[in-house]
Amino acid sequence: MNDLTPLHRLGLGARPTREPVKNFSRRGFLGIASGALLLGIDLPGGAAAQTRAEGPAAVAPKPGTRVAAFLEIRPDSSVRLLSPFVEGGQGINTGLAQTIGEELDLDPARFAVECAPPGPDYAVVNGLRMTGGSFSTRSSFEAMRRLGATAREMLLRAAAARLAVAQDSLTTEDGRVVHAATGRTLGYGELAQAALALQPRDDVPLRDAKSFRWIGRPVARLDMRDKATGRATYAIDIRVEGMLHAAVTHAPHLGTEPQVIANEAAVRAMPGIHSVHRLPGAVAVVADSWWRARKGAEALQVTWTAPAPEGIATVSQSFSSSAMLAELKGSTEPGIPAEQEGDPAAAFAGAAKVIEAEYDAPYLAHAQLEPPSAVARFTADGSLDLWLPNQMPELFQQIAAKTAGLEPEQVRIHSPMLGGFFGRHFAYGPANPFPQAILLAQATGRPVRVLWSREEEFGMDAVRPLSFARFKAALGADGMPVALHTVAVGEGPIGRWFGALFKSPVDSSVVEGLDKKPYAIPNRRLDYVKVPHPVTIAFWRSVGHSMNDYFYESFLDEVAAAGDKDPFALRMALLKDSPRHRTLLKAVADLAGGWRRGPFAAEDGTSRARGVSMASPFGSETATIAEVSLKDGEARVHDLWIAIDPGSVVNPAIVKRQVESAAALGLSSTLLEQVVYENGQRQAKNFDAYPILDRERMPRVHVTIVESGAPMGGIGEPGLPGVPPAVVNAVAALTGRRVRSLPLAKTPLSGV
Amino acid sequence: MISLTVNGRQHAVDAGPDTPLLFVLRDTIGLTGTKYGCGIGQCGACTVLLDGQATRSCQVPLESVGTQGITTIEAIETDPVGAKVVAAWVGIEVPQCGYCQSGQVMAATGLLKETPKPSEDDIAAAMTNLCRCGTYNAIAAAVRQAAA
Repeated sequence: MNDLTPLHRLGLGARPTREPVKNFSRRGFLGIASGALLLGIDLPGGAAAQTRAEGPAAVAPKPGTRVAAFLEIRPDSSVRLLSPFVEGGQGINTGLAQTIGEELDLDPARFAVECAPPGPDYAVVNGLRMTGGSFSTRSSFEAMRRLGATAREMLLRAAAARLAVAQDSLTTEDGRVVHAATGRTLGYGELAQAALALQPRDDVPLRDAKSFRWIGRPVARLDMRDKATGRATYAIDIRVEGMLHAAVTHAPHLGTEPQVIANEAAVRAMPGIHSVHRLPGAVAVVADSWWRARKGAEALQVTWTAPAPEGIATVSQSFSSSAMLAELKGSTEPGIPAEQEGDPAAAFAGAAKVIEAEYDAPYLAHAQLEPPSAVARFTADGSLDLWLPNQMPELFQQIAAKTAGLEPEQVRIHSPMLGGFFGRHFAYGPANPFPQAILLAQATGRPVRVLWSREEEFGMDAVRPLSFARFKAALGADGMPVALHTVAVGEGPIGRWFGALFKSPVDSSVVEGLDKKPYAIPNRRLDYVKVPHPVTIAFWRSVGHSMNDYFYESFLDEVAAAGDKDPFALRMALLKDSPRHRTLLKAVADLAGGWRRGPFAAEDGTSRARGVSMASPFGSETATIAEVSLKDGEARVHDLWIAIDPGSVVNPAIVKRQVESAAALGLSSTLLEQVVYENGQRQAKNFDAYPILDRERMPRVHVTIVESGAPMGGIGEPGLPGVPPAVVNAVAALTGRRVRSLPLAKTPLSGV
Repeated sequence: MISLTVNGRQHAVDAGPDTPLLFVLRDTIGLTGTKYGCGIGQCGACTVLLDGQATRSCQVPLESVGTQGITTIEAIETDPVGAKVVAAWVGIEVPQCGYCQSGQVMAATGLLKETPKPSEDDIAAAMTNLCRCGTYNAIAAAVRQAAA
């Protein structure tokens, strides 16, 4: 998810902002956004959809340019912004208000932002619409500035006509057009109707960055009061007239089906129960309240079809996460080259020293606090309203239409804000509840809300893949690494869910974080070996970086130790050709009051050590230092210092909080988290058995932003990948022991 | 019918006596500001005040509420302590996704009503709700600010 290169290759991205519209048809849009293509499901009425797309009305506007699709300027000159993106805590609503408001000349505080319905106007991520990959701000920044500037020009033009003055005699001032010569002013709200009827110009100049008032400033977030007072509405809060509630019990083994329900009549007779339904891989109980539905679902006595007795081709009776790891470790295939530089074979042959290590990281749950839900309502004309958490409205529209037997245009997708993001809300087949809501609404003839209990969510969530990598390094006589050979084994979410789109044989989500490192190691080879998982796998905040930077940056510390180098000094030496990275590494050391590895005695008497790491996730660069002590066999992280260089930023306050949030999730995965399969079933069903980072384990987090002026990078995810290796490298300094398998909770730790 | 006092208003509720208060609030009375997170008293997203005390409503069966007054997030700003907490939450910009924050605000209000000047240990003991976005440091800062 680091770059959009594959989209460029398909001719669907890389459209310069000023390029004419001519090549952009709705067909192209459908081609990329269709769940059919991406998910291996047949596009409903594929030929019909194409015919429609090629019809006279098929030419869509260039995404991000049609002002009226984005801005509703109200009579009081406040703005309702229909956003291409889904807000899930990352602050994109505020960032968009700043970006558009800057050019429109309207205080961001006067924006009310909501997620737009499906539509080609909103495909602003290089021809695609999604909220993910830390793409939102960096992909849309120029387009949203231009949108604001274009809207302002339309308001000026409308005002010039209204006042019968030359347009260049007018200026704007926070929501008003001003005619300085006569002192007359008109509010944007007074001009909106006339302005939005005008043809937008495509050559409106943008503001000089030196005059920015809101971009680059810590403007107050728009969603704070609603979120502090319970008024924010998530999918789980949607209620519609006449709605029934459904609770679901899923098959204990993924892929098995309900066979016999021994007590169906008894469950139907329970208070408030409306009906019982067999669904793909599940049984649903529908009732007049969710609690009653849930009690019914829990009372069900279902016999399921038998899973395969053994193997990893499916989630078999004997499938386990340890068996899966053994399979990854046991792979002997040479793999497909993902990166090659120099002559590694010769370098290994002439090496003074060779070291090897194997690393692994477990399946992880998203464990967002909002359990997933969906509300489906068919209207009298047969069309469908669907409220659901999602990161890609057009994709969900396609799949919902297929499920309901409708055309996509007959499905209205409503995308409330997300109660936790983290990659949970892409389309993951059996891990999404909305198809169940659609089927149940059809079966009952009523609007139906499906809510998964926390237990069902832990059972069905799509997981970060369990991952494994093998490293081998050659050191020269001077102790410096001269060659590195890495083999990444497994399967990633890009290959699983977007394989038809990203045609590369190398799954970028398996190798990212192992490739494109800034270090001057002259001979390198990175191979990818595909071993598919039978379980539902997912994007998880920072995707491949979430484990690979732990693998690589830990092994780099092993290289340092083998060459008798300090890990910080080794990195600085290997960054000799990259001033940007050297600056960042120095910045994080400065933030931490200087680098020292330790162990050293802290003021409170604990013995502490520090670990350092670097990462290049999602177009941004990070350097991280962690300070750690040991207590009762566990690592206690006291401080995290993170320097991030995203090129430039829109809102530094939001950036810092996002980095802190990502760091917390990274630490949670380092210390505590693993989804364990035994006998084909996930063991943890709730937070008691799947602990996540709590307040007691939360360290101080210090973030500094370095704006190098490089192309804008992502923010939501990059704070995460540096944390696991920095912590584990500190643990190695404290214990003299290298932990090559996460989470740390599996390994009792003691000091040297 | 069971009678409940929620945010100073009487409600006659038609729900089973073992129904958790959380779902009575959300689904019967329609106050969706109180959130369902885990249902086993682990995460605290469902925290409300029962006679001023922070309580995880997923663990409170309807039949056990009795005459205790229930305060939910929807009425939090009518409480002077709650209003200070909300002001601190907004000022410090605590929330990220925001889903757990109703419960966090209720827990903080419960703490400050009982202990207006909490020590760090008091804060640690009272503020145990989970936040997947990791806003714990901002939460602690906001509690300190609201107590100041």
